Formats: sequence, structure tokens, C-alpha cells
Amino acid sequence: MTEEKIKQHTRQVLKSFSKKKGNLIPILQRVQGRLGYLPREAMLEVAEFLGLPPIHVYGVVTFYNQFRLNPPGKHSVRVCLGTACHMKGGYITLDAWKRRLSIGAGETTTDREFDLDTVACVGCCVMAPVTVLDEKPMGKVDPTKVDGLLLAFEREREGKKKQ
Amino acid sequence: MTTTGVQAIIPAFQELKVCAEAHWKGLWKSGRTVITVGTAACGQAAGALEVLQAFRDEVSKLNLDCRVIEVGCMGHCYAEPIVIISKPGYPAICYGHVNPVIAGTLVKEFVAGDNPCLEFVLGALEKNDLIPSLSEFPRAQYEKKLILKNCGHIDPTDIEQYIANGGYLALEKALRMRPEKVIDEVKRSGLRGRGGAGFPTGQKWEICRNSAGKPKYAICNADEGDPGAFMDRSIIESDPHSVLEGMLISAYATGARQGYIYVRAEYPLAVERVQIALRQAKKLGLLGREILGSNFSFDIKLFQGSGAFVCGEETALIASLEGEAGTPHVRPPYPAVSGLFGKPTTINNVKTLTYVRHIINNGAEWFAGIGTKGSRGTAVFALAGKIVNTGLVEVPMGTTLRQVIFEVGSGIPNGKKFKAVQIGGPSGGCLPESALDLPIDFDSLKKAGAMMGSGGMVVLDEDDCMVEIARYFVEFTQRESCGKCTYCRLGTKQMLEILTDITKGRGKLEDIDMLQHLAEGVKAGSLCGLGKTAPNPVLTTLRYFRNEYEAHVREGRCPSLMCPDLIAYYILPHKCERSCDACVGTCSVEAISPDKKRIKVIDQEKCVKCNNCLVACPLQYNAVVKLSPPGKVPTSKK
Ligand SMILES: Cc1cc2nc3c(=O)[nH]c(=O)nc-3n(C[C@H](O)[C@H](O)[C@H](O)COP(=O)(O)O)c2cc1C
Ligand code: FES
Repeated sequence: MTEEKIKQHTRQVLKSFSKKKGNLIPILQRVQGRLGYLPREAMLEVAEFLGLPPIHVYGVVTFYNQFRLNPPGKHSVRVCLGTACHMKGGYITLDAWKRRLSIGAGETTTDREFDLDTVACVGCCVMAPVTVLDEKPMGKVDPTKVDGLLLAFEREREGKKKQ
Repeated sequence: MTTTGVQAIIPAFQELKVCAEAHWKGLWKSGRTVITVGTAACGQAAGALEVLQAFRDEVSKLNLDCRVIEVGCMGHCYAEPIVIISKPGYPAICYGHVNPVIAGTLVKEFVAGDNPCLEFVLGALEKNDLIPSLSEFPRAQYEKKLILKNCGHIDPTDIEQYIANGGYLALEKALRMRPEKVIDEVKRSGLRGRGGAGFPTGQKWEICRNSAGKPKYAICNADEGDPGAFMDRSIIESDPHSVLEGMLISAYATGARQGYIYVRAEYPLAVERVQIALRQAKKLGLLGREILGSNFSFDIKLFQGSGAFVCGEETALIASLEGEAGTPHVRPPYPAVSGLFGKPTTINNVKTLTYVRHIINNGAEWFAGIGTKGSRGTAVFALAGKIVNTGLVEVPMGTTLRQVIFEVGSGIPNGKKFKAVQIGGPSGGCLPESALDLPIDFDSLKKAGAMMGSGGMVVLDEDDCMVEIARYFVEFTQRESCGKCTYCRLGTKQMLEILTDITKGRGKLEDIDMLQHLAEGVKAGSLCGLGKTAPNPVLTTLRYFRNEYEAHVREGRCPSLMCPDLIAYYILPHKCERSCDACVGTCSVEAISPDKKRIKVIDQEKCVKCNNCLVACPLQYNAVVKLSPPGKVPTSKK
């Protein structure tokens, strides 16, 4: 995305907010919802709008786990490491994702297909271990299921190519 | 309040109520079958949306007079997706583990025919001669549902269903009382905050009411940061209006004009349901200006948390509402005196607020009659981990842990042995078998070293390592520490390093004492509740399970066979059924190969301990075992 595009999108979001500091986090959430992450230009734009020093905006962005500084992959993989999931082998599942995608938690594959991260409890502890795939919580994900899920994505991609 | 205001309330509410009741009756029109599908997040994860669609498709295919509606979570999460079918002439029947195929069968056989398909039944909702009812389950004798009563029985996206079931009645009643009287009622009920600390709610409201400064604020804390708890999520997803009603009453009592619901970003469905609920309440004049024609005005905004555990702490939560990084502040002043934007602010947990309407409706004495002397009312727990009936439970305070785990939760699955119960998440502790007869209330749990916390209850069995769970929680709090104060920032870091060493077999005996020393220091020296309680998981495991620490340190052995660095997977040659290849195919890294006699052997160098082979090996052979310390594996000749 070009700098200009980023600025445009950010300004679009800013239109629906008043210039109150309390709006900082909702604004950042909305911008990230649109762009998928918070690029430097967007943060600068937000800082200027609210009349805050850019370092304040950067400080807030890096404080909260939800915000990301780099573009996400096409599919997001969030492995739950809440108590229930951890104790039922969530850490083994995370290992499996890391091995199969060849990336660590917090990283994106080089083809930008997947990004991998952890999350602390999505409220489906009864289905532990949980992996949230593209916003959808999947229950009982063990290494074998990881392989199955990846296979399904591959099929889908091949299917699209054929079309 | 002016008298005209008061007089307007009754007819205004009456009108809403009549409307809602007509709507509710219309739904249950005689002769019609109603199917409810639980589509809270737990249900959705189990496939409830597909089940919902299957019901809708089949009903329209057969062209039946049958309504299919979505409801929240009944608390029987272990049996999701859950469906209730209410057919005239039958008791309402609850089905568990429903999938789209079963859904199709139920419509064909039961809705269109007259076979209630007993093989899928969980239980009936009321007593009858045909099917055992849920109220006859042993667990029902211990449960007492106040705030979970609506959950799973009404459509959370339909305000009229809430009103028809007694909703907003308490608001109407409160608006006709003087605010002081409302506070007095809550005070006399003995209600204590369910967010963790157990502060008396009425007293908090009174302080806020009596503090100078305008406008005042009311905040609902739905951050639910405990990484093993889901009560607040479930209540918001299943019965959001009960939370709004509690907020409205609290605001009326304290004189607040603006409210915020602070919901975790990880709960997208809860966020959506709150948005819908706010819109509907506004439309009916239950929120906004001059509510129900009175001169009380109050508005609520939704605020999404951004994934920081410490933001559950009230002063950090306020900082984040103000557009700051969520770092806690020293108290006093307490938020009730100087909170959001420096104004008097009440912060209450979701459950605390949900109790309020019941107290106003039934009176302080009624509420005070439930539970124990120091802890009135009920306790809501999210049961998870190694327990048969995972899900939500609500029991009177004073119920013992044993009753909750073994009677309500039906004990430990797979014939395993109970080891510990973790209560209160990262701020709580692990209690052993010997503590199971403790009554659940704010004070006895604290004495045992745990904490009521928010209500997460994770049951651990013989396969769970107590050092690892302590390490897990310290890793969590260490990462979530905001870094403001030294004890918490550095102390948790040092504790984590020691615990990591121990779980990797690099620990020394003096480390255990050092750990104890550090834990006590961090507890005493930290600024906010995060640091003050972070050592609890360490202190309780040291207190009750010191032998496990010692086994790791002295022998490099993990007694529960959990710590990856201290175990090895091994295939018992005499048990391996040589013609079976299950483990070979499932191994993630091709570490298993057959030897000359086709007995499978694991290459220990390659093994990543993914557990696949152990799961894959057919039960009748059971040839794969874990050994600790890893040196126990006999060296094999290739
Ligand atoms: C680290 C930390 C995390 C907390 N997380 C929560 C939470 O997730 N939900 C909650 O209601 N209270 C949480 N609290 C407690 C709040 O600070 C506050 O006491 C509570 O919201 C008050 O509501 P109550 O009086 O209804 O319990 C947390 C406290 C600390 C120190
Ligand atoms: S611990 Fe994973 S969903 Fe709760």
C-alpha cells in the first residue's frame, strides 16, 4: 500500500471521531481494522489529528497486544495458550504450527499466506486446545489436526488456481 | 426526582411490558414447536451455526410451523452444540452434541413425527414421566441459578424476550425509589464485588455518590483477563440486558450520567451482542435521555479493550479509556472518589452488576439469606481443564470445592486421579486434595493461599505438572507486567528464569528457597494487584507440592511426565504389534521407523515430542510410553 493510500484510509476513519484523546484507542482499532496493521504514516496521521506527540501514539500501540506494526498474512492463526488450553497441550499445538509454517509466534510466512500468534483464552476453554483460524475458534486442535487444516487450505488454493 | 417523573414511570414501563409479553406469547403460539440453538462462542466453536442452518433448512424443506431461534449458553458446555425442542404435548427436551445430521433427524422424526429420539437426549427441562429432567441430575441439588437463569433460554438479541421474562422490572422499581434507598438495599444485601477483590458494592456506590465532582461515571469491567475463565463472556453473550440493567441501577444510585462497558477485544461475539443490546435499549427509551419518562438520563458506550491483562485492574482500565497506555496508578484516591477524567467513577464487574436486579426485585434480606455470613449470594465458576462437565456453574457461596468438582462437575475424566484445582487464574493458587472440603467464599480461599479471583476454576489431574503450571502463570504475568514498578517487572522475570531452569532440569536445590524468597518480596513490594498476586501460583505450589519441585531438581524427573525437556517418548518393544504402522504415519517429523523385526523405534534425536504417536497407538497395544528422566530410555542398537 502506498503512503498516500494509507493516509487516505486513515483520514477516512478519522472523519467519524471527535478530537478527544479518549478516542485514541478506538481510532487505532478502527484503522487497524481497515489496514490490517498500523503503519508509521497512519500513526503520524492519528497523532496530528488528536494533537498528541507521535511518541505517545507509538507508546500506546506497542503497549497493547492487539496492535501490530507489520501487515498480517492472508490467514491468521492464533493458538490459544490460556490455562485450559496450555494444560491440554496448547504448547504442543503451537510447536506444530511453528514447524509446519516455519515461523515463530508473532511472525508472518514469507509468502504472506499465514501469520502465527498466541492468544490468552478466547473463552472456549471447554474445547481445549483451541486455535482461532481466521476469527473462527476451532476446538481440539492437536498436531494431526494442524496438518489437516493446512491441507484444506492447500486444496482450496489449488481449487482457485484451476478456476 | 419530581413527582411527575415518578408517575410517568409506571405507565411507560407497563406499555413496554405488555408489548413484550404479547411478543413472547406469540413466539410460543399454541400448536407450534420452538427449537432453540445455543450459539454462544462455546457453541459456535463446536459447530452450532452449522446446526442452526441445518434446522432452518429442514424446517423450511418440510414446510413446518416451527420457529428456530438462537439463544446463549446454558452452561453445559461439555455437550455443545446444545438444542432445546419445545413441542406441544411434550416436555421441553434438551439435546446435546447435536450435529447437522442429527438436526435433520430431529426435525423429521420429532418435529414432523412423534419420535423424540431418546438417544440424543441430555434431559428434559421440567419433570415428566417420559424423560429424566435436568433438575433430577445430581448436580441440580447443588446448583442455584440466579444470574445464569436466563442464559440459554432467551434470545440475547431480542430485548422483548428479556422484558417478558422479568427484565427491566428492577430498573422500574429502582427509579421509583430514592437513590439513597437503592444504595441502602444493595448495602444490606451484603453484595461483594465479583471482580476479584470482593469489595462491598453498596459501599463503593455510596462513596461515589457522596464524592464531589461532575459528571460521574459508571464502568462495567468486562475485561475478563484471567486466561482460563469465561463467565463474563458467557453472561454478556447470553443475557446482555441483565448487565445493562445493573449498570442503569448503579448509575441511578450514584448519580452517574455516562457509562462504559469495557469488553475484551478477544470476545468479538460479546462485543456484537452488547452493541445490539445498547441499540435496542435506546430505541425503547431504557437508555438515553429521561429514561422511562423519569428525569434520570444515562447513556452507555462500548469500549473494546486491546489485549492487556493489566487493563482489568481498575486504574489501568481508566487510563486506557483516557487514551493512555494501561498502567495502574497508586490508590488512594480510589476511582469512586477520583476516577475517569478525575471524576467519581464506579467500576464493577459484570457479575456484580448482574446480581443487582435480583436484589432490587427480591429484596436485600432474600439475597443475604443465600450463601455464608461473609459472602452472600452465589458464586459463578467456569469449570475447565480435566473435568467431565466443563462449563458454567452457579452455586451458593459456602458450597465446598469437592461438591463443585465431583458432584456438579462429575469429577475427573478417563479414570485419572485428581491432583489440584487452580482457582482465580494468575492471581490465584493451586489447591490440593486436602483443601477440597473448604467452603467456597472470599475469606477461606484467601486463607488457603488462593483467591476467589474472577471465577476461573481449572482442574488438574495426575498428568499435570505443578512446577510447569507455576511457570506458566509467572510467564503470563511477567509478560503482562506493565513495567511500572521494579518488584513486579524484575521480580517476576527472575522467578520465571528460575522456574524455567527447574522445568528444564537445570535447577539447583537452593533455587527453591530463592524462589520462595523472591515470591514473598514481589508480593510485598508491588504497586498493583497484578504484582501483589502474581506470586500466588508459585507460593501455593511450593506450599502443597514441594516434592514435585524437588524431583525436578534432584533427579531431573518430572513426576507428571509433562515437562518436554525431562521426558522421552519410548515404544515398548514387547508391546509393539509389529504389523501396525499407526505411529509411523502420524509422526510429525518422521522420527519413527521399524527395526529388523518390524518393531517401531523412535529416533530420540529427531523426536519433537508432539505426542502424536502416543495418541495414535491403538488402545489395545498401548505401546507408547513417556519416560522421565529421558535417560531411562534403553539405548538401542540399530
Ligand atoms: C491485574 C488485575 C486484573 C484484573 N482483572 C479484572 C477483570 O478481568 N475483571 C474484573 O471484573 N476485575 C478485574 N480486576 C479487579 C478490578 O481492579 C476491580 O477490583 C473490579 O473490577 C471491581 O469490580 P467489583 O467491585 O464488582 O469486583 C483485576 C485486578 C487486577 C489487579
Ligand atoms: S484457555 Fe483456550 S479458550 Fe480458554
